[in-house]
Amino acid sequence: MAADHSTTHFERFGLAKSFDVDLDLLDERYRASQRAMHPDRFANATDQERRISMQQATLINEGYQILKDPLKRGRYLLQLAGRSFDDEHHTNSDINFLMEQMELREALDEVRNVADAFAELGVIIERIADDIARLASGLQQQFSAGDADSLDLAADSLTKMQFYRKLQEEAMELELELEDELAG
Amino acid sequence: MALLQISEPGQSSAPHQHRLAAGIDLGTTNSLIASVRSGVAETLPDLEGRHLLPSVVRYQADGPVVVGHDALAAATEDPLNTIASVKRLMGRGVEDVKGIGEYLPYEFVPGSSGMPLLHTAAGDVSPVEVSAEILRVLKRRAEETLGGELSGVVVTVPAYFDDAQRQATKDAGRLAGLNVLRLLNEPTAAAVAYGLDKGSEGVIAIYDLGGGTFDVSILRLNKGVFEVMATAGDTALGGDDMDRLVADWIMQQAGMKADAGHVDMRRLMQVARAAKEDLSSHSASTIELALEGGTTWKGQLSREQFNLLIAPLLERTLGPCRRALRDAGIRAASVKSVVMVGGATRVPLVRQRVAEFFAAEPMIDIDPDKVVAVGAAIQADILAGNKPDNEMLLLDVIPLSLGIETMGGLTEKIIQRNSTIPVARAQEFTTFKDGQTAMSLHVVQGERELVEDCRSLARFELRDIPPMVAGAARIKVTFQVDADGLLNVTAEEQTQGVSSSIEVKPSYGLNDSEIETMLRDSMTSAAADRDARRLREEQVEADRVLEALHSALAADGDELLDEAERNAIDEAAKRLEEQRGGDDYRAIKRAIEAVEKASSTYVERRMNNNIRKVMAGHKLDEFKPS
Repeated sequence: MAADHSTTHFERFGLAKSFDVDLDLLDERYRASQRAMHPDRFANATDQERRISMQQATLINEGYQILKDPLKRGRYLLQLAGRSFDDEHHTNSDINFLMEQMELREALDEVRNVADAFAELGVIIERIADDIARLASGLQQQFSAGDADSLDLAADSLTKMQFYRKLQEEAMELELELEDELAG
Repeated sequence: MALLQISEPGQSSAPHQHRLAAGIDLGTTNSLIASVRSGVAETLPDLEGRHLLPSVVRYQADGPVVVGHDALAAATEDPLNTIASVKRLMGRGVEDVKGIGEYLPYEFVPGSSGMPLLHTAAGDVSPVEVSAEILRVLKRRAEETLGGELSGVVVTVPAYFDDAQRQATKDAGRLAGLNVLRLLNEPTAAAVAYGLDKGSEGVIAIYDLGGGTFDVSILRLNKGVFEVMATAGDTALGGDDMDRLVADWIMQQAGMKADAGHVDMRRLMQVARAAKEDLSSHSASTIELALEGGTTWKGQLSREQFNLLIAPLLERTLGPCRRALRDAGIRAASVKSVVMVGGATRVPLVRQRVAEFFAAEPMIDIDPDKVVAVGAAIQADILAGNKPDNEMLLLDVIPLSLGIETMGGLTEKIIQRNSTIPVARAQEFTTFKDGQTAMSLHVVQGERELVEDCRSLARFELRDIPPMVAGAARIKVTFQVDADGLLNVTAEEQTQGVSSSIEVKPSYGLNDSEIETMLRDSMTSAAADRDARRLREEQVEADRVLEALHSALAADGDELLDEAERNAIDEAAKRLEEQRGGDDYRAIKRAIEAVEKASSTYVERRMNNNIRKVMAGHKLDEFKPS
């Protein structure tokens, strides 16, 4: 009830509303805010204060998670621009993108059959990271332009980024499996 | 203390009295209590100078409950009524304990709420009650040593404890009459004990191999803030398993049968444990086992042989280490140092393997048995408000994902593991039948896809949904995990703004009324005493509220409130002051609620103001990393 939901997460950390976030600055402000609001600071306070402190600390954590991650940050910016981000509505028609997706997925499925699985997996993981970084720099331009067409492009980039994230997850999970198997 | 006042250093309002606080390590094998005295955190010994209290409780038919060394001494002669390793049973269900029960000789009887009870000569007792007995002894020890009543304690739990296990621990504290300020993860406590907040920066790992649980945490340190990046572990893996491996080896060598009696099994476990401890400082250990019927087996176990026995167990701990590193998004090489916690980390092979894995020298300066309690005491001292200028802050995570059951027995994750707490997530649900006024939610914890592979935490019954056509109701359910890592669920129907009532059925725990009953039963005192206790509790809260309000009003009441608002608050405060002097705890409670209601907008304004000040108080370049 007392938590202020009308404050944007950018305002919460005193940052400009932008896709371009200074992550070191965000880290600093996150820590400063939690130092002030975390429930540990109110362990002996009244029930009401403890409740509000928990709500505030929860919002600070939520904001931090959103702003530090390009995918979540991008979606949040779209939401602030009045666009709903719905995975289903952005089915992709970019042939190059779809081809690369298939290629990467096949490569991932084949990793176990390759002589040096770890090296191969390393190459794939790096490639995915490069793709994500490329999308992020595109997003920066799209959001700073800010017009309707650019926001459409941003929504498209975010959908793609989501795909790459999922692949990245799988690749990392596979790496962990291989390590565990290697350990016996 | 002011209402959400962020006082500038050196400007803290009133000089406030030192509050007695303590940290408690409620361990599987041993428990400890520690406190900060004259600036030094140290564990408190009993009258005979012993710091460790064996986590063993003996129940007798006609006699008092015995806790600690004396109970441990009776374990061999009275195994069925002497409860050890009860931590393994906390928050567990009847089915779970069957898996563990193989080595626990107790007789289990199913209790209400799916929680198993232990059958003893003094009646059936729950694991929560057994733990509360241990906590009571520690509480008494601290209050006698420190010369006063404890205002609050921090109780530690394995980082990997799930919600049910945490809740059970907190319930035990409540049952023992303790004000539990915080449940603190053991590895985080260890990092605090090493004073790593002072000057240290970078990533550290904490490897905690206790008696019955294993966990590993990856922490990032930055200017006094401990940020847990990831935690992983296994709640059914610990130093006791080493004893078992040694015991199995002895049984094999001695030709003992698996169905040996309770007494033989107890002796065997004791001998096995002694051999393990002996091998930490010797290259071989001589074992002598006296069996029922007068025969004695003699043999020798070398450290090489012991290492071979436990090697697979150590490898099992490295899986969670890899998982934690991966979740934290870092490589082992980035880990600067490894803090060792738990008695089992005295085993040389453990230190060696961990050092190899992280390529870092393990930190072993503080007694691994005491390090957790010491860290908890430091945190308790800060939480009690004795160090208002202290910059230390612990940001912990939820160790296991929270999910709800969906169609077909699948889980849908609501809150991901390793999210920093407190954390909340709201989810909307709708009805699937016309006029439906109730629905049920099943909350589970774990990483697996199928509900049956996760831990069932609770079933929630949502009632009082306004009857509407199917799909029209929008019920917003908020899952809130607090700073103790405990889940709380609230629900509200969105279209009509009605709060649905929620009935919680913990899968393996106690509900509030059961706790109340136990509290009542545990107190031999009469109803009058109980009312006196409640009156005192409400008076303390009233003082707290009034003090906070007055100093807040003095600071910015004129600035933030108009006359009407101010009058309403003053009026409510005046009524509370009047009630405070009376002896009706219910009336005081109502008056407190009235003050909270009258001042809620004010508190909200101060809150927003303060947040703004935190941000505005720093110029941009001040934040730039140096």
